[in-house]
Amino acid sequence: MASAPPIDEGLRSELQKQGIWVTSMQELYNWGRRNSIWPLQFGLACCAIEMIATAASRYDLARFGGEVFRPSPRQADLMIVAGTVTKKMAPQIVRLYNQMPDPKYVISMGACAISGGPFKQGYNVLKGIDRYIPVDVYIPGCPPRPEALLHAFMELQRKIDGQKLTGTGKAAFLDKTVPSEFPVPAFGAHDLEPPANADVFHPPKIERH
Amino acid sequence: MPDPYFFLVIFGAVAFVFPVMPLALAWLWRRFFQPPKPGAGKNATYECGVESLGEAQIQFHSHYYLYAIIFLIFDVEAIFLVPFAVAFTGLPFGAFIAILVFLLLLLEGLVWAWGKGCLSWVK
Repeated sequence: MASAPPIDEGLRSELQKQGIWVTSMQELYNWGRRNSIWPLQFGLACCAIEMIATAASRYDLARFGGEVFRPSPRQADLMIVAGTVTKKMAPQIVRLYNQMPDPKYVISMGACAISGGPFKQGYNVLKGIDRYIPVDVYIPGCPPRPEALLHAFMELQRKIDGQKLTGTGKAAFLDKTVPSEFPVPAFGAHDLEPPANADVFHPPKIERH
Repeated sequence: MPDPYFFLVIFGAVAFVFPVMPLALAWLWRRFFQPPKPGAGKNATYECGVESLGEAQIQFHSHYYLYAIIFLIFDVEAIFLVPFAVAFTGLPFGAFIAILVFLLLLLEGLVWAWGKGCLSWVK
């Protein structure tokens, strides 16, 4: 399985015309995973309303296999951080993320979850959930429309589709050395301790001339 | 012609294999591909993301039955009070006295329960 040579695309489509479907374990596995993403039922602020709208009949997240919102992290694959993350809430979010089984993904929905958004200057607002947990897809917007969440969902499906099971570039969740838990921040005297997890948070460097 | 009970054996075998097969496949998959990553936080009790406090097995004192009874009585009283309040202006004097007696009886019950210490918190 690991050393099987990839099948020639031309031969594959030729065989498909003859009614023979050739696939690989990896494709089959990723196909199953990307079409049954179960999100954690977890809303924080106004973005959650858009998330509910996405799951309801008009936008119908079920078309992408993501309608099964789970009330427990044990059964969820995807955490949609939908809304403002206050510093009071941040430890709980990290803990919930830790309790999700691998493979797990995070969509950072809306300006608040990305950077604090309109409340960035607030003393009690976390300036982005990516300070503590790795984020797969960011959606800008305040709040993003359901279409934007669907788009993020499709982007995540694309990402899952591209994940390798074996070899050098295999997915991180299959690597024994990559942690699946991240330290939960504690309430300090003035801020969360630590203010960001250096292993996760890689802010872009601003170059000033 | 096979034994008629032979179909039951087939049925039993299928009923066994059908649920066990996906479990076995999942186990094999985990064995060969997915490394387990247990951890203190991951294995911790799920309590909506909050750290769990105290014991899971707490016992409620049997004295709480008195609370339940008192609650039930006043719950019923509230239901009686609604039609009384709606028809209040048109009531004859006798009906007013009747409902007042009913209320006073319940009030006396409350005073009795209070005096007996039923409303104090049982540790």
